Amino acid sequence: MDGALSCSGLGKKFRRGWAVRDCSFELPEGKVVALVGPNGAGKSTLLGMAAGLIRPTEGELWVHGTPVRNRTHPDVAFLAQSRPLYRDFTVREQIKAARAMNDRWSDERVTEILDLLAGVDPKAKVGELSAGARSQLAIALALGRLPKVLLLDEPLSDLDPLARDETLRLVMTEVADRGTTVVMSSHLLGDLREVCDHLLLIDKGHVQVDGDIEDVLAEHRILVGPADSPEPEGTLVSATRTERQATLLMRDTVSVPDGWAGTEPDLESLVMGYLRAARGRRD
Amino acid sequence: MLPDVIEFRIDRRSGVSTYMQIIQQAKQAMRLGLLNPGDRLPTAREVVEATAVNPNTVLKAYRELEREGLVEARRGLGTFVTKSLASEAGSDESPLRQELSAWMSKAVQGGLGVEDVDAMYAVVRQEQFGVEES
Repeated sequence: MDGALSCSGLGKKFRRGWAVRDCSFELPEGKVVALVGPNGAGKSTLLGMAAGLIRPTEGELWVHGTPVRNRTHPDVAFLAQSRPLYRDFTVREQIKAARAMNDRWSDERVTEILDLLAGVDPKAKVGELSAGARSQLAIALALGRLPKVLLLDEPLSDLDPLARDETLRLVMTEVADRGTTVVMSSHLLGDLREVCDHLLLIDKGHVQVDGDIEDVLAEHRILVGPADSPEPEGTLVSATRTERQATLLMRDTVSVPDGWAGTEPDLESLVMGYLRAARGRRD
Repeated sequence: MLPDVIEFRIDRRSGVSTYMQIIQQAKQAMRLGLLNPGDRLPTAREVVEATAVNPNTVLKAYRELEREGLVEARRGLGTFVTKSLASEAGSDESPLRQELSAWMSKAVQGGLGVEDVDAMYAVVRQEQFGVEES
């Protein structure tokens, strides 16, 4: 399999059922991928499998062509949502521990990153750092592995706006310098628009959308028209209706029919349209 | 010392994609004579450090400018402007500009507001150049 991260027929079954099922995709090298989906869609399970921490029930995963099997691939770094760190260690001791646990490691890189981040004091205990500073430390440690593929599970969730900006800048600089492929899950769509160029939208463990964001947006149209007219040609993703007006998110619309207005969606309305469709299926 | 390049301002609320904003601002700088043949565009890293956008988007915008024949990527050196968009006709002292200035002061004397002037300008521009793709 080609691509920085790819999988085929990938699935994971927990006791409560399938978290990920029949997933196949190939993420091109050097892309910054937005992994998006409703809560419980399987985002964290997918990232966990890509990181080699969760064993797939079926199917297979590859990183730059080499299979991922029961261990973290040497080219992958993973920021878990739980941010696993030693609370009683100082930041320095935590870095030392990470160095001991990794074959490929750069102290220089970690120090360089922490120097850029205002909120992380190297002498402080990890447990005394703010949630945001702990996230930043965990990202610095992930980058210390000099990864080719960086997996970030909700990297921005507990960051204030300044720390969020610092962190995005850091990750984007990493992409500019080293051509790292990044996969990040987030609920904050507004933040993803500026930094991601590839969309991987999953729902109920299945891939719904996979592609270059510009291309994906160009394939979709938001059509607004009278509620009582027949639906335009194309694939309907989701719709909201009032007594007199219908607003449709369509894929592969050939032409905008008379009496309808069509615009290209922005990322936020596209994702919202798919999430709304997902909720409809669940109810 | 400040870097000897232009800086892009990315407006996240504008609804215009980062990619388009970079292309438009580069062209604008060329029209204004802030970028002339031989000048270097900021590297993707410089843009990222200043604005926290995706470096791939910056490079994609530069490729489009290159496709339009305005810039040239030189391996290991950066992306350089190859064409001039600054025209004498658009400079401050040009007759056209002075005529426009005289016309606009007449409009002000005639009691027209900014919106009236903009609307009139848009209509006349459309008559001359056709409908513009937004």
